[in-house]
Amino acid sequence: MTEPLIFEISSSGRIGVTLPECDVPEAELPKGLLRDQLPLPEVAEVDLVRHYVRLSQLNHGVDIGFYPLGSCTMKYNPKVNEEAAKLPGFARIHPYQGEESIQGALQLIYELQEYLKEIGGFAGVSLQPAAGAHGEFTGILMMRAYHEARGDVGRTKMLIPDSAHGTNPASSAMSGYQVVEIKSDERGNVDLDELKAHCDETVVGLMLTNPNTLGLFEEHVLEVSRVVHDCGGLMFGDGANMNSLLGIAKPGELGFDVMMFNLHKTFSTPHGGGGPGAGPVGASERLAKYLPGPIVVKEGDAYRLQMPEASIGRVKAFYGNFAVCVKAYTYIRMMGAEGLRQVSENAVLNANYLLSKLKGVYPLPYDRTCMHEFVLSGQGVAEGITTRDIAKRLMDYGFHPPTVYFPLIVPQAIMIEPTETESIETLDAFAEAMLKIAEEARENPDLLHQAPHTAPVSRLDEVRAARKLDLRWSP
Amino acid sequence: MSYIPHTEADRAAMLAEIGVETLDELFSDVPEAMRYPELRLPEPLSEMEILRELRKMSERNADLDRYACFLGAGAYNHFIPSTVSHVMGRAEFYTAYTPYQPEISQGTLQSIYEYQSMVCQLTGMEVANASHYDGATSLAEAALMAVNVFRGRRKKIVISPLVHLEYRQTLRTYIRGTELVVTGDEDLTNEISDLKTLLDENTACLILQNPNFLGQLEDVNGLADAVHNAGALLVVAVDPISLGLFKPPGEYGADIVVGEGQSLGNQLNFGGPYLGVFACQEEYVRKMPGRLVGATVDTEGRRGFVLTLTPREQHIRREKATSNICTNEALCALAAGAYLATMGKHGLRRVAELCYHKAHYAAQRIAEIPGFELVGGKPFFKEFVVRCPQKPAEINERLLEKGIIGGYDLGRDYPHLRNCMLLCVTEVNTKGEIDRLVEALQEVAS
Repeated sequence: MTEPLIFEISSSGRIGVTLPECDVPEAELPKGLLRDQLPLPEVAEVDLVRHYVRLSQLNHGVDIGFYPLGSCTMKYNPKVNEEAAKLPGFARIHPYQGEESIQGALQLIYELQEYLKEIGGFAGVSLQPAAGAHGEFTGILMMRAYHEARGDVGRTKMLIPDSAHGTNPASSAMSGYQVVEIKSDERGNVDLDELKAHCDETVVGLMLTNPNTLGLFEEHVLEVSRVVHDCGGLMFGDGANMNSLLGIAKPGELGFDVMMFNLHKTFSTPHGGGGPGAGPVGASERLAKYLPGPIVVKEGDAYRLQMPEASIGRVKAFYGNFAVCVKAYTYIRMMGAEGLRQVSENAVLNANYLLSKLKGVYPLPYDRTCMHEFVLSGQGVAEGITTRDIAKRLMDYGFHPPTVYFPLIVPQAIMIEPTETESIETLDAFAEAMLKIAEEARENPDLLHQAPHTAPVSRLDEVRAARKLDLRWSP
Repeated sequence: MSYIPHTEADRAAMLAEIGVETLDELFSDVPEAMRYPELRLPEPLSEMEILRELRKMSERNADLDRYACFLGAGAYNHFIPSTVSHVMGRAEFYTAYTPYQPEISQGTLQSIYEYQSMVCQLTGMEVANASHYDGATSLAEAALMAVNVFRGRRKKIVISPLVHLEYRQTLRTYIRGTELVVTGDEDLTNEISDLKTLLDENTACLILQNPNFLGQLEDVNGLADAVHNAGALLVVAVDPISLGLFKPPGEYGADIVVGEGQSLGNQLNFGGPYLGVFACQEEYVRKMPGRLVGATVDTEGRRGFVLTLTPREQHIRREKATSNICTNEALCALAAGAYLATMGKHGLRRVAELCYHKAHYAAQRIAEIPGFELVGGKPFFKEFVVRCPQKPAEINERLLEKGIIGGYDLGRDYPHLRNCMLLCVTEVNTKGEIDRLVEALQEVAS
């Protein structure tokens, strides 16, 4: 099942909207500056709507079914969030309106800053970064600013565990730091001896995801923080896995100096097919003054925008992905403290339940109680079967595959994050499909090699896509 | 709690399967002294209660359903056809993640491919990516990309002072800790001719905004040649709506085009989420940051779409990636695609013409008011500068009382434009609204 391109249903002279007549006298157009042609598609409204509806039907989304994509927290996104963000008083306001005309928006930003401070155990929060990786980059710039302000300019090394998200080293490199990879130990923790060996006066800090991408809580997190701090380094927290820590532990109390939140993961804002997200950054007392801005402060009953004292500056235009913040705010207000703790408890319960059902059949390289996600291996399930085959076959059972081939330290990794919003029936159905696939892998491997069988298209030639670049339609 | 479906019985069965008695046992790795901290948050609310509270909070904002708006400066109040919100509202689009599994993500992938194609058509460039966070971050990444094209050997970035201040600030934040130098906007009155004198063998790129921050169309004759003669790249930031009418940067020699795509079907949303448009010439595609969708075929020869050139990206290249961008603004790009396809060739031109005519009508009427004066003799699109007889902040307060959101106070960013206001008029402003603005300004001035 494929859908023609919008350009292929275009027909000269059609238009998808009616526009008003010009109600003012027309001015003369500057002839020399005008373009000759504008080659955009021409479609009638009905054809346009059908085109996009049919395209949407080629997608899998959380609202269609289970989406256990590890480290992505594909939880159900409550519909009330969408309604809240659409309120004209939030959606239809301009970022440069005078502060007296946007007090409601500033109040919401201020309160969300406060809630995230409380949830993360931080002294300050800025909502400005637009995504997780953007928040990482922001955090690293803040670490640099901190060291520089102390005249501590010899620090060039960023320590990053081998289980880290690829954005961690990429963000470090963007800010000119040398990345030093730290091995994991046999229990999936940061190898303490190796960490100690690298900790010296050249260390900027450690970028740690906790729980890490194996879904395991860092057993020596306090010791790790102490070692890093003792050499003058800072602890950066990758908050991608915060869905397991709400009301369970505050990263600020575990020793993290700066951390980004992913509102689109933990706080139930939809992912939009790859964005928009929001990546607010929280900071400890000593780093809060370097936060990007403006942030919102409260003076008496009034809210206003302000740059933090020694801010690294702005990391984008305006104040952050406000509409995403409205959704996260709505969620936090509906959950309250008790509800948030239940989120994490049930996310961890669901992950351990699935783990328990699957671990006898799929190899589990790090056999511990997991947090909100866990990592299996597709290696050795059956001769000639790869994790890719298993993932593609899952589609035939109506499930989105887990994250695959990540983290890199597990061969043929299958990283499963069920989230708290899934019922026992859904988890059972998924487990059953996984077990059935393991059986099929042994008995009828071709079924897997040729999967998916029911998706709109079969496996796509990615090598051809990269070799014969076709990045846009041409007539 | 309605978002967690478990009953007590479910929970008990699950704990039994895991082989523990209580939930607490699952958290024994968390240091005991720090486990289960108190969270001081407001009491939970029901859906009805939170909506009531949010509605009240949102009504403390002066929204554009109730106020006439003449404010632009990088965020624009354009008409959004009904088709756009219905396309964006499809849960199959908005509840999907990044299309890592192409076979069940063809909707997202094809819509991005179409968006990339339309951005190329609009800008006159050869390739476009799947989007960045906003115009400011697109511009910063374009500068870093230009530096990468020269493998870091050229360290100077020349930028016009008439590039949006917040974009220039974002760029300066992005290059903290590198050896790169940003120059050209120290003197805020610098013109393009002044910028040309800064070009040398150390220059990676020259960055221009067109129409510039003051709404004027820059004279770009011979500019690309001057930049290319110095061996550097020309980066142009655009207002995509203006390209419905005016020559695209691809026609005057731009190497990289960026821009704020919010005006293409996205709400103002108090500044975000917006859409970072990013396009370049094909020879630089491997240095381009961000996600790219390409066409290919499946095992049966059917056309399909995948994320491609991923070796540029961080999940493979890690610290050697072209950028760290991962999540982008796919849903905003979807809106932009649906917007451009709805408007089409004739609609976008019409929107741009309406902006042009209405802005010129407003400018002419305001210039006739004693005490107000039009600043700058250059041709403009939908924004223009007026010098006011009083402080713009005071004028805006008065306008707000009359249900009008006034213009952008330029004096804080450009001291030589003290008492000047940047006004924006788009297709949504009726003649009646413009006349009301003129009348209000007359009152203010008298």
